[in-house]
Amino acid sequence: MTTDLARISDAEIAIWRDAVPRAFGRPLGARLGIVTGWSAFAGVIVFCLWYMDFTPQRLWQGIWKLGWLAQLMFPPWHGGWLREFSYAMLQTLAMAFLGTLLASLAAVPLGFLGAQNVVPQWLFHFGLRRIFDCIRGVDALLWALMFVNVVGLGPFAGVMAIMVSDTGTLAKLFAEAIENVDRRPLDGVRASGANRLQVMRFGILPQVLPVLLSHILYFFESNTRSATILGVVGAGGIGLQLADRIRVNNWDEVGFLLLMILLTVSLIDQLSKTIRRRFI
Amino acid sequence: MVPHIANPPTDVCGTIATFEQTWRVINRAKWARTAIIGGVFLLAVAGSMWLSEVSISQFIEGLPGFVAYIQGTLPIIRVDHIGPDIAEWYWGIGRWLSLLLDTLLMAFMGTLLGASGALTLCFPAARNLTTHDWTPAVCRRLLELFRTVPELVFALIFVYAFGLGPLPGVLAIAVHSMGALGKLFSEVTENITAGPGEGVRAAGGNWMHLVRYAVIPQVLPDFASYTLLRFEINVRASSVVGFVGAGGIGQELYSVIRQFIYVDISALVLLLIITVALIDITCEHLRRRLLGEQAFT
Repeated sequence: MTTDLARISDAEIAIWRDAVPRAFGRPLGARLGIVTGWSAFAGVIVFCLWYMDFTPQRLWQGIWKLGWLAQLMFPPWHGGWLREFSYAMLQTLAMAFLGTLLASLAAVPLGFLGAQNVVPQWLFHFGLRRIFDCIRGVDALLWALMFVNVVGLGPFAGVMAIMVSDTGTLAKLFAEAIENVDRRPLDGVRASGANRLQVMRFGILPQVLPVLLSHILYFFESNTRSATILGVVGAGGIGLQLADRIRVNNWDEVGFLLLMILLTVSLIDQLSKTIRRRFI
Repeated sequence: MVPHIANPPTDVCGTIATFEQTWRVINRAKWARTAIIGGVFLLAVAGSMWLSEVSISQFIEGLPGFVAYIQGTLPIIRVDHIGPDIAEWYWGIGRWLSLLLDTLLMAFMGTLLGASGALTLCFPAARNLTTHDWTPAVCRRLLELFRTVPELVFALIFVYAFGLGPLPGVLAIAVHSMGALGKLFSEVTENITAGPGEGVRAAGGNWMHLVRYAVIPQVLPDFASYTLLRFEINVRASSVVGFVGAGGIGQELYSVIRQFIYVDISALVLLLIITVALIDITCEHLRRRLLGEQAFT
């Protein structure tokens, strides 16, 4: 099917332009809008580059220095501190484990209290959720910094930091899981004469337990990652060793510690994948 | 009503006996397993408590100390004097807002650079776009390395290499985001339908054409949504990299906490919480619009 283009008159084109304007390209206003939007975007980027001192010279010097550091890191060597490093790594894992455990223990009752179908009081539920949001809004590292001020340097501050910051997040997730349970088992338990505590135990808990466990496992996994850096602010573990080694320029030991962190994190990932597949 | 069986055949009794026997064996095995898992768990708890130098008495002492600390950071605000009290609490608001802007710009640039890097690496890392095995494997290992090393560690090293200021913070956030986003992007890419790609190939397109005309139109809404999500995460991260000297509100917060200037701590933390919440709400709204549009067209 061919159309003789020469036969189409200007009048016909005008008719079609009126009927389907978008087929003839975007209108001028929209085109201008797009150009303005992209120019603004580019302007913001240029401003940022200028504002943050992204000069090619500085970048080049930094990259050169980075390459030099990478050279210094090879071969990674523990420098005779293998025992201390292993101990610090174990300490990091212990911090993550204990912090997650305490946070889950605290978050279960808080999650029940924050769920709308357990405590139907609107104001209470709303206020508690906002408190969780505030706790969640502060990073674990910030909590660690404050706990170092309160309980002193050492892994205990790290445990407390992980516990507090995760309590907020886990309580929120638990409350959401509890709000999503199926109502019918609850009605069944209630119909057989159970009181409110028994409804929670036999109606809600069996439904949410797998969800809670998978959340807890996931948090343990992510806490091993965050526990590695808590030491940078003085909360013990491998991060303390790492920050120290960077400060005193022992780059081969820094390389060794980085390798240790990578290895441990991937090991924990594998472990938690296995546990998840078996139990949940 | 219990049905009464007058003369139970002997094999029924035998069946019941075997059933009970089996049940007992299974039950015992289950108990043993529970006991072993519980024992290992308790051992792990005890070991961790020893390793992380936690004792129950210390724990009980630590909590009230912390509550007192939090109380100490709260400002004095009197109802009849509320305006001047808040003004005194936020005495440095002008400087703090400019520091907050630094932090937001750091998050913005870090996300942008990280997303650009992820965009370049995610297509070679997707297994459905290449014919040989080693490119995805190499790209995946690289992305894994980038996202496993925490951004604070990158920031520590970059501050050493590039000097103090927001530049090392941006680069640290960019590298970490690149690893995290690259993984997500390549997973999205692996889930596209093959049809458009085959069409481009059949029309004689090369690899670049394939990516541009068959892959990107399919994946763009998801990429944008993940990038916005990452921006939310990076706003938090950029406030933290300031702790090691990468500028922004984090550096101010660090020095305030270290110098025990109590009232400023609560002012800065509150400012940070409000900013993060506002950004979260905005991004959530944008993401819903993005994915909603995709669902409707």
